[in-house]
Amino acid sequence: MRDMFKLFIVIVIFSVISGGVLAAVRNATKDRIEYQQLVFVKGPAINLIMEGCTNDPLQDRFKIKDQDKERDFFVGEFDGKKNVVAFETYGKGFAGDIGVITAVDVDTDKIIGVAVTTHSETPGVGSKAKSDPGFGGQFKGKTITEVFKVKPDGGQIDAISGATVSSRGVAAAVSQSGEIYKRLKNDLKNKMKASQG
Amino acid sequence: MAKTAVQEFTKGLWAEIPPFRLVLGLCPVLAVTKGVENGIGMGVATTFVLICSNVLISMLRNVIPKKVRIACFIAVIATFVTVVELLMQAFAYPLFLSLGIFIPLIVVNCIVLGRAEAFAAKNKVIPSFADGLGIGLGFTLSLGALGAIREILGSGMFYGMPVFGPSFQPFGFMVQAPGAFVCLGLMLCIMNMMGKK
Repeated sequence: MRDMFKLFIVIVIFSVISGGVLAAVRNATKDRIEYQQLVFVKGPAINLIMEGCTNDPLQDRFKIKDQDKERDFFVGEFDGKKNVVAFETYGKGFAGDIGVITAVDVDTDKIIGVAVTTHSETPGVGSKAKSDPGFGGQFKGKTITEVFKVKPDGGQIDAISGATVSSRGVAAAVSQSGEIYKRLKNDLKNKMKASQG
Repeated sequence: MAKTAVQEFTKGLWAEIPPFRLVLGLCPVLAVTKGVENGIGMGVATTFVLICSNVLISMLRNVIPKKVRIACFIAVIATFVTVVELLMQAFAYPLFLSLGIFIPLIVVNCIVLGRAEAFAAKNKVIPSFADGLGIGLGFTLSLGALGAIREILGSGMFYGMPVFGPSFQPFGFMVQAPGAFVCLGLMLCIMNMMGKK
């Protein structure tokens, strides 16, 4: 019986120590990991649509609680003014969700750019939503609060040929970012004014 | 007669070089050696785990009860593997993405558990450290060599840089799974022929 007790104690001590070590390492690396994920997963898309900005949008980011979800917002500085904000939304694609980053000018409500971050669409067909800049370019200059639809659905966006479902997913994601933008516009403006410094 | 630490170290480099002599830990050897960088990255991660777990287990070898030693070893190894995983995410994110599932799988790499059980549990700290370093380095070299052969023949590159002129037609076969088996088999064969003398 005493033997059993000793085994039990040893294992408990081992687990407690290893749990403690892991928690400490996780805490120490958490921010860096988050940043690395942003750089390698969202970074390319953000840099694409924020081309020509004079800051690092990945560094200038903040979170706002929207309904029950925290969202990341990336701020872009153009001509010495921080007036562009980018954030990610998801639309249903042909195979899983498509992540779409939309950048908006908060002074004019115009879309600066749209780019796909993560997707699992068919390579060479639906994947053009990410690789073909012409498709994302259609959103440029439009007002964010519009509802976007592809032409087969009676909307204003040319779908990628052979990939209507993927195109629809991107359009839905951009429309959704319009909804979020409407909801959070005041918060966004305040936050960005604060970061103007 | 007890061997010196130097002997413990050097045996891992030739006489007991893991994948070729001990034929252990073949899962990562076959899976991640598509290129030199992946191979060495995996090797370094495994070496770190091996050294840490060898040292710690050797220090605790009189504390750990015989009956639950495997559970304790696994707890120690798993802790270090998770630490490596977090550090790799924080400092080498692209490598983390390309190694993927094989990082957590170091826990069940039989080299690590094998050294803990067969060596660290019976020896003092310094020889255990030397053993871990030697075996780990041997493992890294093997993965690096295999990765180099497969990368050079399979994609005509070394460490991501082209080695042959543009007219080189790569053997796509070498970077796929069968290439790994063929290459490993040939290396085992050469090692055995050299050992026969």
